[in-house]
Amino acid sequence: MTTRSTLLGVLAVTGALTAAAASSAQDGRVEAARKEGKVVWYTSLALSSSEKVAKLFEAAYPGVSVEVHRTGSQRVLQRVMQELQANLKLVDVIHTSDAGHFVLLKEKKLLLRYTPAGVDAFPSGFKDRDGYYYGLRATVNVIAYNSKIIAASEAPRTWKDLLDPKWKGRLVTAHPGYSGVIATHVLALVHLYGWDYFRQLAQNKLMLVQSAVDPSGVVASGERPVAVNGGDYTFYQTKKKGNPVEIVYPKEGVPLVVSPAAIAALAPHPNAAKLFTDFTFSREVQQVLADTEGLYTGHPDVTYPADKPKLGDLKLLFADPEELEKRNEELKKRFVEFFGA
Amino acid sequence: MPVWVLAALALVLLMALPLGWLGYMSVSSEAGVTLAHYRGVFTDPHLQKALWNTVVLAFWVGLVSLGIGAPMAWLTARTDLPGKRLIRGLIMASFVTPPFLGAFAWVMLAGPNAGLLNKLYRALTGAQEPLVNVFTMPGLIFVVAIYTFPYVFIMIANTLELIASDLEEAASILGAGRVRVALTVTLPMVLPAILSGFILAVLQALALFGSPAILALPAGFHTITTQIWALFQYPPKVEMAAAFSVPLLLATALLLLVQKQLLGRRGYAAVGGKGGARRRIPLGLWRLPALAGCLGVMACSIFLPYGILAKAAFARAWAEPLGVENVTLGNFALTFGHSGTRSAIWNTLELGILTACVGAGLAALLAYIVNRRIIPGHQFLAFLALAPVVIPGVVLAVALFVAYTRPPLLLYGSLWILFVAYLTKEMPVGYSQSDATFKGISPELEEAARVLGAGRLRVLGEITAPLARSGIIATWCFVFIGVIRELSASIILFTPNTKVISVVIFDLKEEGQFGAIAVLGLFMLVMTFAAVGVMQTLLGRDFMGAKE
Repeated sequence: MTTRSTLLGVLAVTGALTAAAASSAQDGRVEAARKEGKVVWYTSLALSSSEKVAKLFEAAYPGVSVEVHRTGSQRVLQRVMQELQANLKLVDVIHTSDAGHFVLLKEKKLLLRYTPAGVDAFPSGFKDRDGYYYGLRATVNVIAYNSKIIAASEAPRTWKDLLDPKWKGRLVTAHPGYSGVIATHVLALVHLYGWDYFRQLAQNKLMLVQSAVDPSGVVASGERPVAVNGGDYTFYQTKKKGNPVEIVYPKEGVPLVVSPAAIAALAPHPNAAKLFTDFTFSREVQQVLADTEGLYTGHPDVTYPADKPKLGDLKLLFADPEELEKRNEELKKRFVEFFGA
Repeated sequence: MPVWVLAALALVLLMALPLGWLGYMSVSSEAGVTLAHYRGVFTDPHLQKALWNTVVLAFWVGLVSLGIGAPMAWLTARTDLPGKRLIRGLIMASFVTPPFLGAFAWVMLAGPNAGLLNKLYRALTGAQEPLVNVFTMPGLIFVVAIYTFPYVFIMIANTLELIASDLEEAASILGAGRVRVALTVTLPMVLPAILSGFILAVLQALALFGSPAILALPAGFHTITTQIWALFQYPPKVEMAAAFSVPLLLATALLLLVQKQLLGRRGYAAVGGKGGARRRIPLGLWRLPALAGCLGVMACSIFLPYGILAKAAFARAWAEPLGVENVTLGNFALTFGHSGTRSAIWNTLELGILTACVGAGLAALLAYIVNRRIIPGHQFLAFLALAPVVIPGVVLAVALFVAYTRPPLLLYGSLWILFVAYLTKEMPVGYSQSDATFKGISPELEEAARVLGAGRLRVLGEITAPLARSGIIATWCFVFIGVIRELSASIILFTPNTKVISVVIFDLKEEGQFGAIAVLGLFMLVMTFAAVGVMQTLLGRDFMGAKE
């Protein structure tokens, strides 16, 4: 089933791009990318999803391979900075879920100014005003629960519901020191309820995992029946695979996480990087992200699965990238203070 | 003789450069020399807690390992326990199992809610509370101990094998009961082995990174090693990490010193030769319960974890029964289809083979120099070769990172920095093994050749090396096994192009990809046991030290 839809996706995308590749300007770019041979992608998108995007690209542009290095947003930044300090030029395209990272990287002049084709129509929240980075995908933080263990009538409906002592020992959270999705989430909720919310939440003895992808697995296995955060797309995918997982969009609002992508200023394969970036922002790929991965995108023409709420119908909580960058240390530190590690 | 001097110099450089930098970083600041980092380390309540957690963990792991290892050593060495060879084989298997893989398997076995054992327990008793919770300090201690007790076992079993039964027999002829003999005669003779086994276990627990990262972090507590690693996250606090490494380094050095003292004063005349008969103590009615106890331990460290890994490798949802609809090969496809995994496998193999070759060669050269006293200061070389034992992997990695991200040697970003880390880390094991090999080769043949006019190198190549061959190949396998499972140094030193299998497993762990981890874990075990197989065949015995 999954293989077939991937295959269909490949065919559709390949077809569309073969048509687009007709122009000679495009030929020159592809030729240059092919000479470079590959593009190195540091990404925080869940491994199976990033592998899918990579395979689509490789099918569309034979001769240019994608090296996927998937880890948490904060680890991606750590690697980028650590390598820079050692004067290593390894990364081409950087993609994390912490928009603050891109404020920092831009400030340090580590990004290449590049506008992917077709992003003009994206909403302003997906665009850097200086043209260095653009939102490749978006997700919202939600509550999720295991429906085999918890009846719908019992399930938490709001962020505040999670503070109830009856959830003691039954909750799982991902870590803002690892995940950009979670760092954004923490900042948005701090704005809503203050740090006191997390101080109280910690009383319920949460299980700490790292990636925002992991809570979906923990909830599906039943190790902890309720997740207090995590990207809705990971729960959506887990549910689609037949796991007893239900998603709750709390009415106080859901923190929106727009995950930017940018090309590194010192990219060793700049042409392949541009080709890859254009590709990932094309309508076809954005549609695949929406269809099979359950992500939201900034592309105005993308349609979404009927069983997902429209982004416009949700009350969204926003986190300002500049503030995210400035308070990065504080977010991690206070979280560790409350939750222990 | 340049070759000897070169080997010696390589060793000195290998050790001195990173440790020098580590010490320097821990006191350096923009304003000159400072103790601020140390003050920071010892006054930060979080770091203090991590320090204390490590002390608790290490002490209890030592005790529990002793509690498991000592009785099993006595049973297999001195009694008529059935199935001894099997038990020894299984203990060896747990010795070579990467501890982080065991920890990961135990998450699936004893997670408080989804863990298989807890599910069974609830189904059988109807209880609400879990039977065991692996995400706690006791859980962590247990999981670390079941992979650490082989160190205690080896120390004690090998000593027991050397003690003749004469003294014990004399005591019982004089009227002492079996318990009294054990307490007043046997125990004092093996006491040094017991204590040093305890210390070895403590050292293992101190240096461990993977198991605490998998079990302690979800429960909200740190150990020194996980804290050092956390200090490396952006923005990195390398100076703090260096300052935090130094106490760990000193504690390790101190413990080793104590151990050396203990083993050094072997005033126990009975230990030291193979003379005298060893009488097997009949267990009588206790034979089967004793066997069951041993197998119970092995179930915890081998049968159950390997079983659940195998299950997870083939399951869509690891926590569900392995019914028809839950069986999949998708985990293999995801694991081996991922470009990162494939290159990690190659990197691991490349590093394993390269480090094993260079390590075995260098260790052999050094052991030869020391045993034949070729250059002045050879005792110092022996000390240096064994010295890395005191450096926990994470600390070594911090030191190497500091040393090799700047000129003159820019190694970070290439496989070379991992190679240097592994070579340093495996040198003590390699050296001890080679040392034992050369001690067993008498110099007469070499002397004959030298008298006939052959140079040292030629003698080494044509006479000594062939004699030492199986010993050297065993060293090779030892180093290889150590390298392919290494996590604690790799996790700090890798770059995307230089990932190794253990790092990929750790990445997958953070994303909760249980199936893919199980697949890679099993792959790693297959590689390990292949190396063990080669080694056993060549040595003609199991490598824990006993004759067939």
